Amino acid sequence: MAEVEETLKRIQSHKGVIGTVVVNAEGIPIRTTLDNSTTVQYAGLLHQLTMKAKSTVRDIDPQNDLTFLRIRSKKHEIMVAPGNLAFHFLVKLSFCFTR
Amino acid sequence: MEPVNMESMGHPEIYPLVLTTKTQEIFNCRIDEDVTDEQPYKLINKVDIFEDLRNRAAVSDFHPVKKIVQEYPGNELLLVYDKDFKYGLNFYLIGTEEGKENYLNPPEVPEEQEEYKEHIPEDVYVYKPPVSKPWVSLGSEKEIEEESVMESTKQITYMISQKRSEFGAPVKFSDQNASSVKDAYIECTAYPDKNFTLKQLEKDVSMQVIPQIKDTSTQTEWTYPKNATTQYYPREFSEEEKETLKQSKPLVDFLNNASISVEIALQQNEIMNTFIDDWKYLAEEEGTFGDKTDTHLKEYQSFTDLHSPTEKMITCVSWHPTIYGLIAVSVAVRLSFEDRVYFSGKLLLQPSLILFWSFSDPIHPQLMLESPDDIFCFKFCPSDPNIIAGGCINGQIVLWDITAHADRIENIKAGDSRSKKATLKPMFLLEPESNTEAMYIRHCAVSSIESGHKKVITDIHWLSDTFEINRMGSVFENRSGICCQLVTCSADCTICFWDIRPQKPLTPQTTEKKKEESIEIPFDVPSTFLHLDLSWKPLSKIRLSKGETSLDYCPTRISLNEDHLLYKTEDKTLTQSKIVKTGEMNPYHNLESGMANLLKPIDDFCTKFFVGTEDGEVIYTDWKMKKDSETGRLMPKKPVSIHTIHDGTVHTVQRSPFYNDIILTVGGWNMAIWKEGVMTGPLLQSCCAPKMYTSGHWSLTRPGVFYIGREDGYIDIWDLLEKTHEPAQSQNICITMITYIKPWIFSAKQQFIAIADYYGTLRILEIPWTLSRPSTNEMTSVNHYFEREVKHLEYVEQRKNIREQEKKEMELEMEKKKI
Repeated sequence: MAEVEETLKRIQSHKGVIGTVVVNAEGIPIRTTLDNSTTVQYAGLLHQLTMKAKSTVRDIDPQNDLTFLRIRSKKHEIMVAPGNLAFHFLVKLSFCFTR
Repeated sequence: MEPVNMESMGHPEIYPLVLTTKTQEIFNCRIDEDVTDEQPYKLINKVDIFEDLRNRAAVSDFHPVKKIVQEYPGNELLLVYDKDFKYGLNFYLIGTEEGKENYLNPPEVPEEQEEYKEHIPEDVYVYKPPVSKPWVSLGSEKEIEEESVMESTKQITYMISQKRSEFGAPVKFSDQNASSVKDAYIECTAYPDKNFTLKQLEKDVSMQVIPQIKDTSTQTEWTYPKNATTQYYPREFSEEEKETLKQSKPLVDFLNNASISVEIALQQNEIMNTFIDDWKYLAEEEGTFGDKTDTHLKEYQSFTDLHSPTEKMITCVSWHPTIYGLIAVSVAVRLSFEDRVYFSGKLLLQPSLILFWSFSDPIHPQLMLESPDDIFCFKFCPSDPNIIAGGCINGQIVLWDITAHADRIENIKAGDSRSKKATLKPMFLLEPESNTEAMYIRHCAVSSIESGHKKVITDIHWLSDTFEINRMGSVFENRSGICCQLVTCSADCTICFWDIRPQKPLTPQTTEKKKEESIEIPFDVPSTFLHLDLSWKPLSKIRLSKGETSLDYCPTRISLNEDHLLYKTEDKTLTQSKIVKTGEMNPYHNLESGMANLLKPIDDFCTKFFVGTEDGEVIYTDWKMKKDSETGRLMPKKPVSIHTIHDGTVHTVQRSPFYNDIILTVGGWNMAIWKEGVMTGPLLQSCCAPKMYTSGHWSLTRPGVFYIGREDGYIDIWDLLEKTHEPAQSQNICITMITYIKPWIFSAKQQFIAIADYYGTLRILEIPWTLSRPSTNEMTSVNHYFEREVKHLEYVEQRKNIREQEKKEMELEMEKKKI
């Protein structure tokens, strides 16, 4: 339990990280550092996208699996780490990317 | 020598001869006596010819044909007179007996032909009836046989009879199957004939695999539209659930695994940016228009006023802030002061003008603004380009309002816009000839002669529309949103601030005065500034005195803090939104007096400005007046700093368009760059140039480039990043002194520079790509340069102090030694 907190704290304290959300297999947020409405929005949207990405990888090669998903936009970068039980994604501000 | 015969002409027996008169006498064949047309031949004995040959040898005419004569079988030769020179010479000899016979007795053939022609058929035609002959077959009966139609078979006849009782009885028909009765029909069945079967040995077949598709359709029942709403809330865990989950082992394991990959990803981002386009950052410029090596200013157009009687010089140039291709020029006569006084009578008759030139017409100016005397400086009002303020040589400020003619100059384009305008603009129908002539526009208002400047106004600026000043020099917020104040400096050593709005307190007196004077104003002059005409007094006057002496500084140029913002053309949308469009209520036509009395002054506004003087000094002074404790009058403050840098009149004091606190001053034989706030001296001061500098201007797009015009017609282009001790480029523009330089941006690709010279010609040149496009980081590089220079100045100051100290120490030691 303390481990969980510690790990999450460590990730959150990285430079440029805005927020961290831990979501279960159904898409219900478990832990978050963002506010409620944002969390819910992110959880709903990203859960579907991650499922889609996972099924895509699996369709192409059934022995393959999704390990990490990064979505880079003009302003931010979203990193999704899928797992067996839970999904874990964080929103990061990427300052060094210019277009 | 072989005799020449006429074999080539078909007569090998004929030998042409020339017989001289002597020979003709000897042989009695003289022309027209013995030998005539009827008898052109003569038979000559062979013996006679031989005798002649013996007597005269080579001289004899028969010498060439000697051989023929010797071989001739007969005794007599035929000599024929060739009257027509048919064979080239006057006589010819026939060398054979046959030829002689032929000549004498021509053959009888033509006679026979004649006989035939004369033959006439004398027999009468007798009719003979045709005699029948047996027919000879030539094959035609076969053709006829083939073509004819004949019966091939014999016709069968049937006779059918019926019992008499059955005539007329009703007929009964019945059906019968053809196959049931024997021999009722004959058929010809088809059978496969081997001759006509073809066996296909090869076949082209293609196949495609497609997913199974199934087309289905459904029809929904459409009853009626119905509004439906749903409300939902997201599924969330309650706090206790969250706690329990938090402690579950799978979650811990997952987090441990996931956090590793997350941290790797985060560190990747830290290390390097994988999405940098290296190519883009390698290249300096995006792309160049035109030749990169082309660094010269290219002449685009030049304007000269050909109609002016006296020689004029150009004193001030200003581009129209909004209209493309329109440039205004103020001209003044090129006379010294004594000449002006001498010719003052003549000069009064000629109007002093500001000319508006357009790119579309280099000969006729578009507009001409009249003023009471020569204008030495003028400016367009930034918030309304139809208002122009100019400073006269006699110390008056002149205002023009060209709102009425704004349409005319707005629609000027290269080409024939004038012909169109006659149909579009109704006001020109009244004066049809004014379409082709330039319009003379009288000034709207002039300042009061007594209370204004006493000498020529050397510089005029509009104050920014964000602030206004009162009589004390305190700064207030400008609520009217338009530029309504001016600042002028003049050769009578004063700087005046003017307000174009009507001033309230003195109204009762002025109205009476106006009724008495009742000046008649022409009908076509707008009444925008009627309240100012001839009664306009400055708001405040600052005298630049040199302290106790009566000599004062004579300002030639001033540069206020906000000046450069007024002409930033890159934000064209901003300036256009500020400029009032015709049709809407023009605030200049409804000027109200300022609210300076009601507002509180802004405290931390920078009221200092730079002044360049006639003697080459650069003064940094304050316009805020202070109340003198002794007399109670308003006294101007003492200047903050005075530097004498230039050897001649300072004619350019200009802030850089990129840095608010960098000022360029040009005067005499050198130029200097100053930073506001650094009082020790200029950042950069050039060494004396061989020729005097007569005008200067910063480049509008490149932070480290400025242009300086010289008195010999050359323009020096300085680039601070390239060289600081001399100009980077020098180009000859004209033969005489350059009086004014004004660059202007029209678009990213088109930049022009207007150069005016002493002889009254205005040249427009195009700035090449290399001079108009700043290199990447140019602004920061130039900034660094200036900062370095500032540090250098500070260092020099420090060294000065150290040196002073050292000097003192040395003196002390010297004194000690003496003692």
